[in-house]
Amino acid sequence: MQPLEALAAEARTLAIGAPLPAPGEAEVARQMQICNACRYCEGFCAVFPAMTRRLEFGKADIHYLANLCHNCGACLHACQYAPPHEFAVNVPQAMAQVRVLTYAEYAWPPALGRLYQRNGLTLTLALAAGLALFLLLAITMKATLWQQLPPGGFYQVFPHDLMVAMFAPIFLFALLALALGVRCFWKDISPGDRAKDAPGSAVSEAARDALLLKYLDGGHGQGCNEADDAFSLWRRRFHHFTFYGFLLCFAATSAAALYHYIFGWSAPYALASLPVLLGTAGGIGLLIGPAGLLWLNLGRHPLHGDAAQKPMDRGFLALLFLASVSGLALLAWRDSNATTLLLALHLGVAMAIFLTLPYGKFAHGIYRSAALLKWAIERRQPSHLQLEA
Amino acid sequence: MTSTKHDVLVIGGGNAALCAALTAREAGASVLLLESAPREWRGGNSQHTRNLRCMHDAPQDVLTDAYPEEEYWQDLKRVTGGITDEALARLVIRDSAHCRDWMRRHGVHFQPSLSGTLQLSRTNAFFMGGGKALVNAYYRSAEQMGVEIRYQAPVDRLELRDARFEAACIGTERIEAGACVVASGGFESNREWMRQAWGQIDGAWVADNFLIRGTRFNMGVLLKFLIDNGADAVGDPTQSHCVAIDARAPLYDGGICTRVDCVSLGIMVNRQGARFYDEGEDFWPKRYAIWGRLVAQQPGQIAYSVIDAKAIGRFMPPVFPGEKAQSLPGLALKLGLDERAFVRTLEDYNAACRAGAFDHAALDDCHTEGLAPPKSHWARPIDTAPFYAYALRPGITFTYLGVKVNAQAAVHFSGKPSSNLFAAGEIMAGNVLGKGYTAGVGMAIGTAFGRIAGTQAAAALREDKRAAA
Repeated sequence: MQPLEALAAEARTLAIGAPLPAPGEAEVARQMQICNACRYCEGFCAVFPAMTRRLEFGKADIHYLANLCHNCGACLHACQYAPPHEFAVNVPQAMAQVRVLTYAEYAWPPALGRLYQRNGLTLTLALAAGLALFLLLAITMKATLWQQLPPGGFYQVFPHDLMVAMFAPIFLFALLALALGVRCFWKDISPGDRAKDAPGSAVSEAARDALLLKYLDGGHGQGCNEADDAFSLWRRRFHHFTFYGFLLCFAATSAAALYHYIFGWSAPYALASLPVLLGTAGGIGLLIGPAGLLWLNLGRHPLHGDAAQKPMDRGFLALLFLASVSGLALLAWRDSNATTLLLALHLGVAMAIFLTLPYGKFAHGIYRSAALLKWAIERRQPSHLQLEA
Repeated sequence: MTSTKHDVLVIGGGNAALCAALTAREAGASVLLLESAPREWRGGNSQHTRNLRCMHDAPQDVLTDAYPEEEYWQDLKRVTGGITDEALARLVIRDSAHCRDWMRRHGVHFQPSLSGTLQLSRTNAFFMGGGKALVNAYYRSAEQMGVEIRYQAPVDRLELRDARFEAACIGTERIEAGACVVASGGFESNREWMRQAWGQIDGAWVADNFLIRGTRFNMGVLLKFLIDNGADAVGDPTQSHCVAIDARAPLYDGGICTRVDCVSLGIMVNRQGARFYDEGEDFWPKRYAIWGRLVAQQPGQIAYSVIDAKAIGRFMPPVFPGEKAQSLPGLALKLGLDERAFVRTLEDYNAACRAGAFDHAALDDCHTEGLAPPKSHWARPIDTAPFYAYALRPGITFTYLGVKVNAQAAVHFSGKPSSNLFAAGEIMAGNVLGKGYTAGVGMAIGTAFGRIAGTQAAAALREDKRAAA
C-alpha cells in the first residue's frame, strides 16, 4: 500500500475511534489474508469456515476468530506456509497470542487485566495469600495445626458462616467479572446481535460444541495434535476429566449447601453421602484431567501455541490438581491429626482458584463459548460473498 | 561406501514416491525411501496439492453426482489437445475410482470441496488439510510399516546395466537395491534448464520471469540422467502446469494462495496496455490453467488483471492486496504503464460491452461487440471506482518432460521396458499430460502410477528371486 494511503487509512481509523490493532492482532490479520487465499484447512474446525465469510479482518473479527480457535494444532502441521516457509504461518500460535489479549482487554475491572501479563506470578501470589490466610486463621482459631478434631468438628476450625462470608463474595465477584467481560466481548464481536435473540438451534449447537469439545476432534474424529503430526484424542479426554471433575466438585459443594441449609445436617458427611460421592468423583477427575493435560502440555510441539503463556496454562492446571489432591487427602485423613492442616491447605488452594478465576486460564472457557455461539448464529446466515464462479 | 541392500529403493519423497513405497512394503519388500529435501520441506509439490480427480459412477462420501470414465477421458483429451496416451490415461482414470479406500487406510482424510470451489464438488475429492496433511499421513504410515526413510539424500546418478537398475549414488555413497522406483519430480526448480527450454527474446531469458509455485528441490537431476543414459523421453520441455500468479509471489513454494481469480471479472492487459486474449471464454476453473502460458508469451512475461469495484466479493480473496486507484489514469500510473494506451484499451473495451444479465455462475450474455480479441462472457464496463489491478507472471507448477513408461510403470529404453526400473509421478506425467491441465489430475497420475510402480517393483524382485532359484 502507498504510504499516503496508509496514512489516510490510519487517520480514518483514528477519526472513527477504532483503536489500531496491537502487534499480535496485526499478525492474525496478516495470516488470515494468506489462509483466506488458501483455505485447505476448512475441514478441521470452525475458524476457517468463519474466515471465508470475510474479506478483511478487523479487530473484532480477529478476537472472535482467536477465541474460536481451540489450539488443536492440525492447521499448523498441514500448512504449506508454516515455518520455515517465508510466509511463516502459524495460526494456532498467532491466535493464542491474541486470546491472552482478549482476556486482558475484557477483564473487569479493566485495571486487573494487567494480571495476565505475569500470570504465573499472579497465581503464585494468590496461592500464597490463600494458604497464608487459612493457615493463620487455623492457628488463631485452634492454636495448633496438628490435632484430631472431635466428630463434627470441622466448623470449630473455620466456622461455617465465616467460610460462607469469605467464599460467597469472592465467587459472586468472579461470576460478575466474567459476565461483564464476556458481555463487552459479545458486543464487540457481534454488534447488533443480541445473544438472547439467537435461534434455539444455534444456542443448543454452541452448547453441544462446547460441552463435547467438538473442535478437538480434528474434523475427522481422530483428535488433535500434540507432539507431532499424529492425531490423538487424549487432550479432549483429559479436558473432559478436568471440566466435568470441576463441575462435580461444584455439585458436591451445592449438595452440601442444601444439606446444611435445607436439612440442617452439618459436615463432615458420611462417605456414602451425596456431597462426598460427588466430591470424590470430581476430585478423581480433577486429578486425572489436569495431570494428563499437564503431561500433554510438557510434550507439546514447540511451535504450538504461545510459549509465553505456559506459566498461565500450567499454573492453572497445577492449582486444580492441588485442590483435588488436598481435597481427597482431607477426605482420607479427616479423622487424623492432619485434618486441620489439610483443611487449611484445601481451603487456601480453593481460595486461590476463585480469586484468579476471572484473571487466569479459566476465562478461556467463557470467551470460547461466546465465540462458538457467534459461529453457530453466523453460519445460519447467508454469506454476503459470491465467490463461486 | 555401499549401504545395506534393500529390496526396493524409492527415489523421491512426494505423493508418487510414498504410494510406491507403501505398496512395495505391503507386498512384503524391504523399502528405502530417499527424499532429497530436509524433513521440513519433504513431500515435493504434493505438499501444495489439494485434491484428486476421481472417476465415480454414483455419489460417494465427498463427491456429488457421477463422473464416469468416458467424461473424465473426454476432459483429459480436451485439455491435452489429444497429446496423451489413451491406454495410460484410462489406467489412471480407473485407478482413481477405487484408490481412495487404500488412501484412507494410510491415514488420508477427505473433505467436501472447499468454499469457492463448488465447481469441483462433483469431480474432485479434497484432502482434509491439503496435500501436506496427506504427505504427513503417508510418512507416518510408512514409518509404522517399517519403510526406511532418509532425508537430505539427493541421488545424483544411477548405475544401470543393460537397462537394469543396479545402484543409486549420492556422492561417493552407493545404494544397491533389487528394484528401483524413480519418483523424483520434474525439473521446474532448475532455473538453468528452464532458461535453455524457453530460450531468449531480445537478449533476455524468458524463464527468468517465471515463478515456481512448488518445491525448490525439483532439479530434474535424475530426469536428465535417465534421458542422457538411454531412457526414452516424452513431452516438450516448455510444457507444464502453468498458471498466472501474483507477480509478488515468492520464487519457490508460493503454492495455491498466490493465484489471482479475478481474470474473468475484468480484463487482462500486457505491459503495453493492450489486451491479448478472451478473458470470458469459459468458466475460470476451466481456463485458469491456460493463463500462465498466455502471460509467458507476452513481452516481459507480465500482464495485469484489471477490475473495478463491482468485482469485489465475487472472487477468492488474493493473498496480496491489489493496486488500487480512484481513476483509470491513476491506476496506470501505479502499474507503471503507458497511461494513454492503458486508458484507450479500457475505453475501447467499455464501449464494446453489450449490457446483459450479468451472472458469473453461468455463461451469461454480457459480451463485447466489434472488439479484438473479444470478451465472450461477463463483459461489464470497468467504470466504477475504486479500480484495482494485479500484476501476474507465469507460475510453473510442474514440467511435463519425462521418461516414457508402459502400463507397468517400467521405464523404456529404446522402446523396451526395464525389468526393474520404474517411474511414477511428475517424472512420467508427460505420458498422460502432453499439455494443458485439469485440477486434480496430477495427483491422480501420481497415485495410480506410484501404486503400480511399487507393486511392480516388488513383483520384479520376486521374479528375480525365482529366476535365481
